[in-house]
Amino acid sequence: MRRVLRRRELVVDDWLHWGENALAAPPGAGLIVPLKELRANPQDWATPAQALGVRIAPADKLEDLIPDLARFALVAIEFPSPTEGRGYSHARLLRSRVGFKGELRAVGAAVKRDLMVALARCGFDVYEIAPGEDPEACLDALSRYSVAYQADWGNDLTLQWRTRPTSM
Amino acid sequence: MYRYDDIDQTLVDQRVREFRDQTRRFLAGELSEEEFRPLRLRNGLYIQRHAPMLRIAIPYGLLSSDQLRTLAAIATRYDRGYGHFTTRQNLQLNWPELARVPDILEELAAVQMHAIQTSGNCVRNVTADHLAGVAPDELDDPRPYCEIIRQWASLHPEFTYLPRKFKIAVTGAAADRAASEVHDIGLHMRRDGAGAIGFEVLVGGGLGRAPAIGQTICEFLPLAELLAYLEAILRVYNRYGRRDNIHKARIKVLVKTLGAAQFRGEVEAEWRAARASAPQLPLAEVERVRAFFKPPPYEALADIDASVARDSEFRAWYRYNTRPHRVPGYRAVFVSLKAHGRPPGDMSSQQMTALAALADERSFGLIRVAHDQNLLLADVRQQDLHDTWLALRREQLATPNIGLLTDMIACPGLDYCSLANAGTINVARDIQQRFDDLDYLYDIGEIEIKMSGCMNACGHHHVGHIGVLGVEKHGEEWYQITLGGSVNGFTALGEVIGPSVPQRAVPAVIEDLVEVYRAQRAEGERFIDTYRRVGLTPFKERVYASRAAAA
Repeated sequence: MRRVLRRRELVVDDWLHWGENALAAPPGAGLIVPLKELRANPQDWATPAQALGVRIAPADKLEDLIPDLARFALVAIEFPSPTEGRGYSHARLLRSRVGFKGELRAVGAAVKRDLMVALARCGFDVYEIAPGEDPEACLDALSRYSVAYQADWGNDLTLQWRTRPTSM
Repeated sequence: MYRYDDIDQTLVDQRVREFRDQTRRFLAGELSEEEFRPLRLRNGLYIQRHAPMLRIAIPYGLLSSDQLRTLAAIATRYDRGYGHFTTRQNLQLNWPELARVPDILEELAAVQMHAIQTSGNCVRNVTADHLAGVAPDELDDPRPYCEIIRQWASLHPEFTYLPRKFKIAVTGAAADRAASEVHDIGLHMRRDGAGAIGFEVLVGGGLGRAPAIGQTICEFLPLAELLAYLEAILRVYNRYGRRDNIHKARIKVLVKTLGAAQFRGEVEAEWRAARASAPQLPLAEVERVRAFFKPPPYEALADIDASVARDSEFRAWYRYNTRPHRVPGYRAVFVSLKAHGRPPGDMSSQQMTALAALADERSFGLIRVAHDQNLLLADVRQQDLHDTWLALRREQLATPNIGLLTDMIACPGLDYCSLANAGTINVARDIQQRFDDLDYLYDIGEIEIKMSGCMNACGHHHVGHIGVLGVEKHGEEWYQITLGGSVNGFTALGEVIGPSVPQRAVPAVIEDLVEVYRAQRAEGERFIDTYRRVGLTPFKERVYASRAAAA
């Protein structure tokens, strides 16, 4: 079973991605469905049998999701390559604009240690570490910086200029 | 100048540690070249023809003498004893060894310097008017705001991987000496009716492929909103800028596609929507940063004409290489990095060390970098000018050619850069040779030649009065010539005069262009004025008539 980094701990993932084998997760796992699929076949997802999460691709229009956001306990945002930066804005918007309090999960091939600080500071709290990357190193990477100029989610949205994060 | 506090220093130190680990992993084979690339680029490190190139940030072009001494020592210890100043007020080292770059960064951090975001698809070094704080035509010193923007942009978590590079320039004077209208964002300081500071915001300028001039999207942005508004622009760009085609990824393409009015609407909508969560700029922080840029302790002096009763060589230097100062008894002194026979913008460690000492002695220990690849001592007493000139001349830093034909801008070109199509250093040298007669240069007067080795336009060729762009043609180095570009008050993009010319013909073509000007100029007209009056045709005819005759 997949393990994810959740609040600084490596835990067994209790969510499945749409299309994954149900045996890949513990019983009762939630299901993460791409926004595109939810919009293409809304009737299929009107009364889901399990908890629903939504998966956002870089080019997805976040505004399409916002009216429905209360339906989702989890939002997964894709980072398919290290230079794809739209996911950071998606995360910031969900946390600071919309006030999304659920699980914000970074997924994709680029979710490795060198992205961790920026991801955490934009509001992610769960990381599906890319295959082949060392989760412990990712955990360590979260402590690379003890200061920041910009206020961020890690600062509990105090939004002060030039702050020392209490934790990241 | 700004001095780091504990937060600034800790951040830079931790960045060095992070990059040391990334470099170690790359050298150990734990990171592929593809994975390491965006990581090293975010720290100013390119892989070039012969070696890596390290671009060191000089925020808004301001250096202390200690910093310049450190750059000299680094260039000696880790490189070949020289560095190259760029059009974005940075310094490039052309021969460092990759494994030792973390050590260079550590030495830089010890004097409050870094290479953070000097390349890569992120917010780059913020640039400013090189006469900031001393120019008589200035509304207010832009550098405190540059420093605030530098901090805001440094390791900004949301704008870590933009569609493309992003350049910001700030000016506080009537004349735009920072080429701000060809930056992704140009900020022009303004005052409102009550005298409060704010900014006119221009967006979408840029050189490179499809050059564009920035358009105003906000006439007056109150200071407290500066970061919130920048964040709104960056968020719109980060979300909607193109990522499918590197040549269409700059913000200028987004602005052009949407139109300035719609782009402005998007930014304003984002700005309003983000109000509750946008970064506020506390006035106490503005005051804290402004305090670092208080004027130095000037003496109460009267203006004198320092050129009276001096020899003609000094008078020429005084005329071309010094500028008026807002404080009586002082002048700003250009340090020419355009000595004939030297690549434009290059400076040896010995010259840097000597200049640092001179700055300590004569200009409050500060040195500035101008975007045209010269340096300045901004605060020299007029009574010290002759001695300053002698000292600069000893180091070959007093070529009296600022603003003249041989004060060319040139990128490093094919000799160093792996992006270049053609050489620039050898062409600059050939032009310098052809125009080596100072009296001829003085007769030609003010003219800006700007040369780039490829379309990326690091040499700003589009905005040269004469632009020279290296192109590759059947494996040979050819050059496309443009006329009529300008920045500094009137921003215009040059027009191509016709088919490109071979390398050996470039100096003669420039002489042809100059001769048309000399024949047609009216009293008091500069090259660019004559061009604007008579147009392209006479220049074009002369260049191609003589080429056809020779062929």
